[in-house]
Amino acid sequence: MATLQEIMAKPVGLASGHRMCAGCGIGAIVRTVLAASDKPVIVANATGCLEVVTTIYPYSAWKVPWIHLTFENAAAVASGIETAYRALRKRGKIDKDVNIIAFGGDGGTYDIGFQALSGALERGHRFLYVVYDNEGYMNTGNQRSSATPFGASTTTVPAGTKSFGKPQWRKNIVEIAAAHRIPYAATAANHNIIDLYNKAKKALSQDGPSFLAVLQPCTTNWKYDPALTMTYSKLAVETNFWPLYEFDHGKLHINYKPKNRKPIEEFLKGQGRFRHLFKPENRPIIEKMQKMIDEEWERLLKLEESGAVL
Amino acid sequence: MSTWKALTGAQAVAEAMRQANPDVVAAYPITPQTPIVEQFASFVANGIVDTEMIPVESEHSAMSCTVGAAAAGARAMCATASQGLALMWEVVAAVPGLRLPIVMPIVNRALSAPINIHCDHSDAMGATTIGWIQIYSENAQEAYENTLLAIRLAEHKDVLLPVMVMQDGFIISHGVENVEVFDDEAVKNFVGERKPDRYLLDVDHPYTIGPLALPDYYFEIKRQQEAAMENALKVYLEVGKELSKISGHDYPYFEEYKTEDAEAVIVILSSAAGTAKDAVDELRNEGKKVGLVKPKLFRPFPYREMRKALEKFKAIGVLDRSMAFGAYAPLYTEVRNALFESENRPKLQSYIFGLGGKDIFKSDIKKVFDELLSGNLNPEEQRYIRLRG
Repeated sequence: MATLQEIMAKPVGLASGHRMCAGCGIGAIVRTVLAASDKPVIVANATGCLEVVTTIYPYSAWKVPWIHLTFENAAAVASGIETAYRALRKRGKIDKDVNIIAFGGDGGTYDIGFQALSGALERGHRFLYVVYDNEGYMNTGNQRSSATPFGASTTTVPAGTKSFGKPQWRKNIVEIAAAHRIPYAATAANHNIIDLYNKAKKALSQDGPSFLAVLQPCTTNWKYDPALTMTYSKLAVETNFWPLYEFDHGKLHINYKPKNRKPIEEFLKGQGRFRHLFKPENRPIIEKMQKMIDEEWERLLKLEESGAVL
Repeated sequence: MSTWKALTGAQAVAEAMRQANPDVVAAYPITPQTPIVEQFASFVANGIVDTEMIPVESEHSAMSCTVGAAAAGARAMCATASQGLALMWEVVAAVPGLRLPIVMPIVNRALSAPINIHCDHSDAMGATTIGWIQIYSENAQEAYENTLLAIRLAEHKDVLLPVMVMQDGFIISHGVENVEVFDDEAVKNFVGERKPDRYLLDVDHPYTIGPLALPDYYFEIKRQQEAAMENALKVYLEVGKELSKISGHDYPYFEEYKTEDAEAVIVILSSAAGTAKDAVDELRNEGKKVGLVKPKLFRPFPYREMRKALEKFKAIGVLDRSMAFGAYAPLYTEVRNALFESENRPKLQSYIFGLGGKDIFKSDIKKVFDELLSGNLNPEEQRYIRLRG
């Protein structure tokens, strides 16, 4: 097991000097995932925060081969790269092993990129897909996605006199990915670098597709103090808002079980997107949210205990 | 040694792909392109080629995979038609800016709505402004040869642009012809291997492809793309000359048929040119001075050469198999543009025919020539062939 110091000491393909917002954790996610690869890496990047802040022409923060095509197709682009790799390898034109990693935001993964992702997982290309999940279209200023949580106010489903924000819970992307019978799918969160690193290593060791959904608190559009990104990531896990678990060949393992699950208010408070929930009339919304979280957690515990293969 | 094979247009293109043996093919089936994919899949399944084929879940992913593979360093091909081209449009439009030499056979089919699986050019004519080279084929033989030519044209270092190779849906794609398939070895030597100077799988020389470019550089990158299009005019002829050594055929920008001393000519693309040539032959036998010009290279459009070819005629009828709704039809527009600089502009007439697969007959072409010779022309009016009253 690598220590945090060892992980951080690894030279990786993302240079400093990119233009992420102060307090943005995407860099930490990318850095950690790239550090987990012991082979040269090729990156396919969906349109979104990461693409925009790392490559404003003529500059690039990428020290590894990197491609961006459009918004919804990072998984398809990665499929093409992986297939080219097999073709050129077979024909003796290249001789190095590589890891192919696709990065996309939640919009490019849960929503518009969903079909391309499903197609790539079904075809069984050997690549790792990482969604940095900031729970909305944050690159363009906080629009709702199917990853946006219940109760959050976004610019397209804002809180108002007739609205408490988003009325639906998020799509269960990791189980959907795992349901493709891929070898490995997991959640991770930004503050737990060692867990993320280990999961990325495990994912990259598979002979097939693997999937990681990493919670990425967005200082700009969750609207909190930029110093608190890792704090919110941790609170998301401690409240069971974002449980850490993995499906290893379809079998669930919960990686972290909070000893004293914190109430969801601990996570909600201080975030501008949830501020309206603290009005007295929205008390039932918070209660409903707590119930949904607790039920989901119970479901996960049961699924794990059953030992069932998804 | 060439061999003669009874092939449909779709199979002829699959033959070209077999001989080129690309590293990667990604495609999604769509009528009437499907037999290209099926034929090529059978080559893969039987070890006749060792291409890696990706049976994708949509055309959007077909082109996305093709781009990923091409950027990775592979020679990668795709094929589509109509709705498929429309679905992959976003990615298709990105390819020229990435300067990836992807060759994509297109089997021209009408665009919905109404839904229709038959031939017209509304699919490809919607894609004339985004930076793909476009070559139109009259028959299976041309579709086969144009596909081979396209690979070298696309990958030429002064071009590095994607190419669409058209053939008419069903009329050509599903019609069997006697096709001369050139010697495998000769074709292999002609197409050679793709040798990109930068590619993603060259991990020792990492590069960034597809970055965000803002107002300070976007324009400049697009201007380079236009320069590559200008180069394509020259390279098309050069590569054509090389292919001639194998095929014995010429690869001009456009074909002129019985145009010496012609007074009236029609300009027409693809399979209908075959019908029109028969009409020309019969009218010539009657002593009428008629001829035909069939553009092959539509993007880049050879304006200067087209002007020189056309300005000597008295009357020109331009027959389009698509409309531009609210504007002059696509081919007619280019012919008008080409002739603007001319001192002696011929009289022009625009005709629309064959939408959604409506047949066109020799008699229709003869009527056009009658009109052209009679002088009853109005260059600002669009006339319709075989349209129900």
